[in-house]
Amino acid sequence: MTIDRAAVDHIARLARLDLSDAERTRMRTELAQILGHAERIQSLDLDEVEPTSHSIPLSNVMRDDEARPSLPQEEALRNAPDTEDGRIKVPRIIEDA
Amino acid sequence: MPDLHWTGARELARMIEGGDVTAEEIAAAFVARSEAVEPSLHAYLHPTFDEAIDDARAADRRRAAGEARSAFDGVPVAYKDIFCTRAAPTTSGSKILDGFRPPYDATVVARCGAAGLAMLGKLNMDEFAMGSSTENSGFGPTKNPWDLERVPGGSSGGSTALVAAGGTPWAWGTDTGGSVRQPASLCGLVGVKPTYGMVSRYGIVAFASSLDQAGPVTRKVEDAAALLQLAAGHDPYDSTSIPRDVPDLVSGIDGGIDGMRVGIVREFQGAEGTQPGVAQRVEEAYARLEKLGARLEEISLPSFEHGISAYYLVAPAEASSNLARYDGVRYGFRASGAPDIVSMMSRTRDEGFGDEVKRRVMLGTYALAAGYYDAYYGKAQKVRTLITRDLERAYEQVDLIVSPTSPTTAFRLGERTSDPLAMYLSDIFTVPVNMAGNAAISVPCGTSPDDGLPVGLQIIARSLDEQTMFRAAYAFEQDLGWIDSAEGRPSL
Amino acid sequence: MSTTVEDRYKTTIGLETHVELSTSSKMFCGCEVGFAGEPNTRTCPVCLGMPGSLPVANATAIEYTLRIALALNCTIAPRSLFHRKNYFYPDMPKNYQISQYDYPVGSQGFLEISGDFGTKRVGINRVHLEEDTGKSIHVGGSGRIADSDYSLEDFNRAGTPLVEIVSEPDIGSAEEARAYVTELRALLESLGVSDVRMEEGSMRVDANVSVALQGAEEFGAKVEVKNMNSIRSVGRALEFEEKRQRDALANGETLVQETRHFDEKTSTTSSLRTKEFAFDYRYFPEPDLVPFQPDPEWVESIRDALPETPAARRERFATTYGLSDYDVGVLTSSVATSDWFEAAATVYAGEPKRVANWISADLFGLLNEAGIELAQAKITPAQLAGLVQLVDDGTISGKQAKTVLAQMFASGSDAQDVVADLGLQQVSDESALEAAVDEVIAENEDAAAKVRAGQLNTIGFLVGQVMKKTKGRANPGIVNDLLKRKLG
Ligand SMILES: [Mg+2]
Ligand SMILES: [Zn+2]
Repeated sequence: MTIDRAAVDHIARLARLDLSDAERTRMRTELAQILGHAERIQSLDLDEVEPTSHSIPLSNVMRDDEARPSLPQEEALRNAPDTEDGRIKVPRIIEDA
Repeated sequence: MPDLHWTGARELARMIEGGDVTAEEIAAAFVARSEAVEPSLHAYLHPTFDEAIDDARAADRRRAAGEARSAFDGVPVAYKDIFCTRAAPTTSGSKILDGFRPPYDATVVARCGAAGLAMLGKLNMDEFAMGSSTENSGFGPTKNPWDLERVPGGSSGGSTALVAAGGTPWAWGTDTGGSVRQPASLCGLVGVKPTYGMVSRYGIVAFASSLDQAGPVTRKVEDAAALLQLAAGHDPYDSTSIPRDVPDLVSGIDGGIDGMRVGIVREFQGAEGTQPGVAQRVEEAYARLEKLGARLEEISLPSFEHGISAYYLVAPAEASSNLARYDGVRYGFRASGAPDIVSMMSRTRDEGFGDEVKRRVMLGTYALAAGYYDAYYGKAQKVRTLITRDLERAYEQVDLIVSPTSPTTAFRLGERTSDPLAMYLSDIFTVPVNMAGNAAISVPCGTSPDDGLPVGLQIIARSLDEQTMFRAAYAFEQDLGWIDSAEGRPSL
Repeated sequence: MSTTVEDRYKTTIGLETHVELSTSSKMFCGCEVGFAGEPNTRTCPVCLGMPGSLPVANATAIEYTLRIALALNCTIAPRSLFHRKNYFYPDMPKNYQISQYDYPVGSQGFLEISGDFGTKRVGINRVHLEEDTGKSIHVGGSGRIADSDYSLEDFNRAGTPLVEIVSEPDIGSAEEARAYVTELRALLESLGVSDVRMEEGSMRVDANVSVALQGAEEFGAKVEVKNMNSIRSVGRALEFEEKRQRDALANGETLVQETRHFDEKTSTTSSLRTKEFAFDYRYFPEPDLVPFQPDPEWVESIRDALPETPAARRERFATTYGLSDYDVGVLTSSVATSDWFEAAATVYAGEPKRVANWISADLFGLLNEAGIELAQAKITPAQLAGLVQLVDDGTISGKQAKTVLAQMFASGSDAQDVVADLGLQQVSDESALEAAVDEVIAENEDAAAKVRAGQLNTIGFLVGQVMKKTKGRANPGIVNDLLKRKLG
């Protein structure tokens, strides 16, 4: 199978990866190779098969609605690259590129 | 007294109990050994040697006061850098988390701490556990103590290299598609992938949530059972944790395997790319199991051939979502000088992630994208169902399933980095087990005649049947006697 | 809107409502839910999306969601799933929102609304549970996101349980939309699952509006309207948008699919973005959570425990209390008001109608002046009933009662005490009454004579005259004795 440049660009944008041209070119071949290998399951007839998203048969796992202590502000912000007035500072927010 | 650093954890506990040695002396021995081998291995990302010695001293004081936290109080342990720890940074092998200090401990770490284990440090790994060689670490590769030109396997290669070199009696790794069993096999160790849901995932940096499971890396089977016992069991902070008491994994371990039915997988006979020396040692292992009283039966797992294809859609898909949080906003690396949020996030992720991570994030995003979901992620989740059915059918016939852990012994650094698919195929025997959630262990079966490197036997058991799995592995290990012999130790 | 020109067109509106649940803790972690407090002081590894953290669902949030779904006549899914909705945004810690996709908790329900347009059922497409995001403050420029220099993130709100209620496109006008939001808000309030404050953002409404020629096969271009922060704004925004689209079509313009922002000040909408490509959220089942399969008995017990709906309550107030439409409107405007009225009505001996009038007219007047809610008022339902009682038995006049009410409202004291303080109570002191009695005798010679002559039944007339003179304040018994003595 082949993957065109437009697809790679679209996926890279969805994934927020500012890939270089070289990387995009390499991705085209590598993704095609790996997905090509995955083509083998395309042929299987799986219409009657239920998907498995959890390998354990658990359901209704819930916690009681009880508030617990939160992190102190300085702990919450300790790893933040940039803060201002107890908030995390980020560059101008724009819509999808 | 034998070299402390070649002594197993349970034996060490017995020696402390008998007053032959103190926890501090033990910690000092492993710190010394770690410092000796680290320059050639690069197993550590964040050593915490001083703290380990202090913790061991405190354990000795507790024991003197009759307040020991457990039989292992003061015994050293090391963690793959994927476990969140307050006491040391946690990077998951990625530059994007360089310097990250978690405000909490993973449940595994908390439980081992409650048992008094002294942390030697955090160990190297493939970035976000994506890899089979530890060459994908953002902080340089780890070497295999059996041959410094070769990889220790991965992604838990730091853990297996350090245990194999005698730098720690035991260590924790994580296994999403074979990341504990395969490196254990390549380093001549015991590696366990417990039943999905047996060990809490809380505080373990997620790779593929529905497949990730933490497991022990040890030299001896009894130590693997003991370490798993310390951390396993229901955790209310993990919704996928099985709400059930863990049976005693250690005491019945020497029960033998007489009459056990062991399945040999027809489809794996002469599987593509299996190294002859590996095939030979594994065949001998089957024969040894039979000699020990097991009844060998051939079984068929037709869907296993699709395991890799399905795994390399499911795992990257979940990973693409799990890794979305690394965006330079709340923690970790942030690319500088970006004019707006989109370019800041995109540059941070491009500069912060390594090639393999970017490859899998792209792959997973593709598999989930509109128009591709049904063909890729959807189908892969259905193949998972087929694999599970195959195993259920097999368990009507047998108690355990055996196979090689890895089709080859340790390969050379750089040998497969240029060929991702070849690298992926080294997980062919381990991946289906994660897809079904079953328990599995890799146990050494000597070295390969063609290259003198360790070979591992994989023993797969029903979900929650770790007891049977450990009994078989223990019986095999005891009868082989390899690990306690001189051949069982790399000449490092 | 009903001039012939506009009737050539058909307006189609669908409303998407997000409601923050008033649980004690967040949806997937133990952090406290709340508004106040310093930024980033109600966070933990889970709601900050820290590496390794995992979600565990809040049982009460799920129960509240079931309550809402049942109250909206939805079918409850025997098995529902959480999905991940993947998109990058700095106020979303994990860069995916845990939400629901093809297996929501509730679906196929309806909400009945009424107004000048009559009564109609608006279909409820789905009711699902998800988590809220953090809050961004935009710094620089006008403070709007568009021209800001940078933004600041506070994650106190991140992870608050959020229920999304999606209506079918059954709403035909701004007026119907206002009615829908009003009714939905009242219903949610009655369920006690949220404080439904649109101004604070605990209830948020987005609209999809499209106008097309009557009888057209397809809907017109779908225009999403955001930032309507009150029921009034919903009405105004949609009126404007409806007219804008009708006029555009009338002028032969073609409408584009876009998202528009409502401006409170100008009461107009302006284009935020035109959607040239659909977002690709890459939904997939949340692997960190397991399916939810509600026990049918539990669901039924929740259904049985549902409180009276606002509609039913309005009906009951009209019939059992015989209240006017106006009073019903005022007294059911909030659960608190309804309960207050019913509390007063039960203590009050007379016609509930009378208490209703005192609340809707006088008490609400005072509340508006003071600018407070009934809940914050000092006066109790029993005290108001007591006041009306005093008017009924002539202790004080209606006019006096208004003064007394004002005092009670200010001080929170009983009617009797206020009456005493203002000296409006009966006079029993003989010396104080003697003058009045003498005057009455002087003014009614014949009557007085009859009494002297022994016609004692005439004394009642004279007592009445004294009562009149004293504006009903005189103690009739004392007056009687005085007259007997003076005419004996
Ligand atoms: Mg929503
Ligand atoms: Zn939290």
